[in-house]
Amino acid sequence: MPLGDISTLLVWGAATAFTIALIAYSAALARVADASSRAHREARAAKIAAAKQARAAARETVGAGGPGGLVVPADDVAATPDAGPEASGVSAEDEQGAAGPSKATGIARSTTYLGAVLLLAGIVLRGVAAGRWPTANMYEYTLVGTFVAAVVLAVVQRRRVIPFLGVVVMGIGVLALVLGLNAFYVQADAVQPALQSYWLVIHVGVAIAATGIFTVAFATAVLQVLQDSRENGRSHLTGTWRTADGLRRSLARWRVTGPAFAWLRTVPSARRLEALSFRLNAIGFVLWTLTLIGGAIWAEQAWGRYWGWDPKEVGTFIAWVVYAAYLHARTTRGWAGRRAAYFVYVGYAAVLANFTVVNLFVDGKHSYSGL
Amino acid sequence: MTREYTPEGLDNALASGQAPDGEGAAPASPQLPALGVVGWLRWAWRQLTSMRVALLLLMLLAVAAVPGTVFPQQSQQPEQVATYLTDHPDLGPLLQRLGFFDVYASIWFSAIYLLLFVSLVGCILPRSRTHLRAVRGRPPRAPRRFDRFPAKASLEVPGTPEQVARRAADAVRGSRWLPRFRVDVRDEGRGVWSVAAERGYLRETGNLVFHLALVGLLVAVATGQLLHYRGQAIVVEGRAFANTQTDYDTFEAGAGFSASSLVPFALGLDSFESEFDPVTLQSRDFTAHITLTEPGQDPVASQIKVNQPIETGGAKIYLQGNGYAPQVTVRDADGNVTFAGAVPFIPQDTVYTSQGVIKVPDVTSGPQIGLQGVLLPTAEQVSDQIWRSVDPQPTAPLLALAVWTGDLGLDDGIPQNVYQLDQSGLTQALDADGRPVTLYLAPGETVDLPDGLGTLTFDALPRFAALDLRHDPSLTWVLVFALLAFAGLATSLFVPRRRIWLRLRPAEVAAGDSAEDHQDEGPGSRRTVVTAAALARGDDVGLQAELDRAMDRVRAAESGAGTGGTGR
Ligand code: HEM
Repeated sequence: MPLGDISTLLVWGAATAFTIALIAYSAALARVADASSRAHREARAAKIAAAKQARAAARETVGAGGPGGLVVPADDVAATPDAGPEASGVSAEDEQGAAGPSKATGIARSTTYLGAVLLLAGIVLRGVAAGRWPTANMYEYTLVGTFVAAVVLAVVQRRRVIPFLGVVVMGIGVLALVLGLNAFYVQADAVQPALQSYWLVIHVGVAIAATGIFTVAFATAVLQVLQDSRENGRSHLTGTWRTADGLRRSLARWRVTGPAFAWLRTVPSARRLEALSFRLNAIGFVLWTLTLIGGAIWAEQAWGRYWGWDPKEVGTFIAWVVYAAYLHARTTRGWAGRRAAYFVYVGYAAVLANFTVVNLFVDGKHSYSGL
Repeated sequence: MTREYTPEGLDNALASGQAPDGEGAAPASPQLPALGVVGWLRWAWRQLTSMRVALLLLMLLAVAAVPGTVFPQQSQQPEQVATYLTDHPDLGPLLQRLGFFDVYASIWFSAIYLLLFVSLVGCILPRSRTHLRAVRGRPPRAPRRFDRFPAKASLEVPGTPEQVARRAADAVRGSRWLPRFRVDVRDEGRGVWSVAAERGYLRETGNLVFHLALVGLLVAVATGQLLHYRGQAIVVEGRAFANTQTDYDTFEAGAGFSASSLVPFALGLDSFESEFDPVTLQSRDFTAHITLTEPGQDPVASQIKVNQPIETGGAKIYLQGNGYAPQVTVRDADGNVTFAGAVPFIPQDTVYTSQGVIKVPDVTSGPQIGLQGVLLPTAEQVSDQIWRSVDPQPTAPLLALAVWTGDLGLDDGIPQNVYQLDQSGLTQALDADGRPVTLYLAPGETVDLPDGLGTLTFDALPRFAALDLRHDPSLTWVLVFALLAFAGLATSLFVPRRRIWLRLRPAEVAAGDSAEDHQDEGPGSRRTVVTAAALARGDDVGLQAELDRAMDRVRAAESGAGTGGTGR
């Protein structure tokens, strides 16, 4: 069998391993969610019972003619049935400790490693088959980007597994690999003269690494906003919508403050997630800057100008400016935290669009995908 | 109602006096009437240099850059702009007036980035001043209470507070030549001493360098725009080209360019080699073998490849394209040569199906002749009258030309595209059946032109190289500022800025003890309690570890001092 075909087979293997990891992470998440929502319900029931008791006690006190004002009004408790995790009195660490590392988490972790190893082997073989560094077209970009994301995920999870991050990153990873194999695939081959340069290693390699890191950072930012909403008791599904309130009511069970999201209690605090997302984004941003500069130096050599507002250059620039705005938002009063995370969404969307839309639907000098 | 992620008050302690933010100005705006002109200007300046406006401008910049990928741009695809204008007669002109076909030179795009840079300078200059003061000054004194800080430690060691403070300061500072911390020892009175230590000034320095380098980058790019020139020339194998403005097919220069700055070198294309993958027919290698003659020097053989430009006369010469230039001779009915030369045909696809036009204006009698058609490097007949190229290499070249006669329009004084035939003054030659005449020629063949116009000979098929010559004196500066920006950015994001404070108190705070009588006591006779706190700029996972390391060094210094006598 030719090397290129073995490589493809290994990539399919990696996609399978990642799919299993995705399922295992989902199972772990579901398990935590289940346990948490049970705890949530029990805590709530206990609280209501306590409230009833308190109310009875209050009545007694009043009945006894004593000063009723000293008793905590029972309604305070009953009025906030969906209060955040702090209110329930169970801390994140407790619950995780109680549940212990589950079997699903173990499977998820080892299949992530397995997938990464298979993928790496696939990438290396592909490079050997093509006789060059394997980052020259969309297919290879997808492989290496997914690999980087999987490795970063493994590093972030090495001490503590956060199933949600696994679900998001593996979800994106499996999607990317399957899309790559089915839509972006091209035969392993040498490249045209414009790509024959060591800059293929530096410029494209760094861009891919940045994309992989941004992926995990994005997942973290999503989790951060969910956690923040829960901590602050914010949900658009709890108020009333002036229109389509029926729709809202049918969705109400998915409100982030409700039992469906009780698993968030086992996740680090929004503040810690923000710090993690920032660290990843900072590394990603520095690499992206290097991509931009390296691209300009290469363009100067290959195309005779360092900057020409080619669609790919524009896309890279936009993503860069958005992430720069993210860094500024973090240090601007009123924009830190939750709002800064929105910039991460926009930035990540720009990075993805720059890879997909610009390569597939816009023609420019970067049309090297081979499609 | 948004929640602050930073520990209240703590982060501000580190940031205070550093961020000249206009934030405070915004809530004060209701008192507008009394401002006056100067007041208004000051207010506007404060707004412009505030972080919130910088954020807004950055987002605006990102949004404003988008249309450039949606609409064709004049500078890159002028033909597509023209097509768009004819396809959208209503919307097109409006978009054009608003600059949507030249986004990156438009007023609104320029306004956004210029405002951003003004904001940046207004932001960064005061910051630099503050930072300079901080670098010259002492680390800020220890806060009164340590209990609210994110990292804490404590320790009890032998020695008096002063002795311990001095040794601890040395220990925390680290190596004298490459100090880790900058330290400051203070006597707080009543026998209590404190040590303040700070590291990571480079973080802020990096940030300032980054922002200033962006300004430098902008200036360098603008200078390059002013002084640059670029020209494109097509050179056929065996021919040469001189570096004068008239020898270029297209030439474009900045306002500061003067023609005298062109060094008059000559460049001859000796041969051109190309390689293609035999199966996929993709290009694999292009090499232009050239001879370069600089004024007053001997000719030098050299080569230009894609990705490997050569440098001469202060300019770089790039290989930007290649193709075939069929060499043809046209003779009139009397056998006089009316045209002889190699005419570049422009490749249209990966198998080098190339289009071109041969114009024969210098006829002695009769109409002018225009030949328009395609060159197939390796022709294969698909059906009657239909041929196609199956290989980019010239294994079986075929030239297929339609013949037009009449007025080529070259004398109208309007510049013409050499690759297009202006058909307005021409009529196409037809055969007896009224169908257009097509001439097919292989190299070496001669055919008769229709209507007794003469003959056409396909002599040979040399290749051509499309060369791009560019001069930009600012390149080095652009690179320097870009790398400075990168280094500054990495420093400002990855160097931690941390402060550590130690407070040293006598262990047995005997109220009656006077602080002076400690000289006659041995270091072992008294003990000191060291409490410590640390603070970082932003979230910093390594903070506690840093503090622990510092405390370890303090402990090690004390045990060293304990065995080594009374110290200093
Ligand atoms: C061309 C426009 C600008 C770009 C591309 C840009 C980019 C950046 C980047 C990438 C950072 C991250 C470095 C870090 O966090 O330390 C940063 C930080 C910073 N920028 Fe800018 N910036 C621009 C304009 C401005 C302006 C106009 C201001 C002032 C109003 C400003 C003030 C700051 C400050 C204060 C920080 C430090 C934030 C911190 O403490 O971490 N920047 N900038």
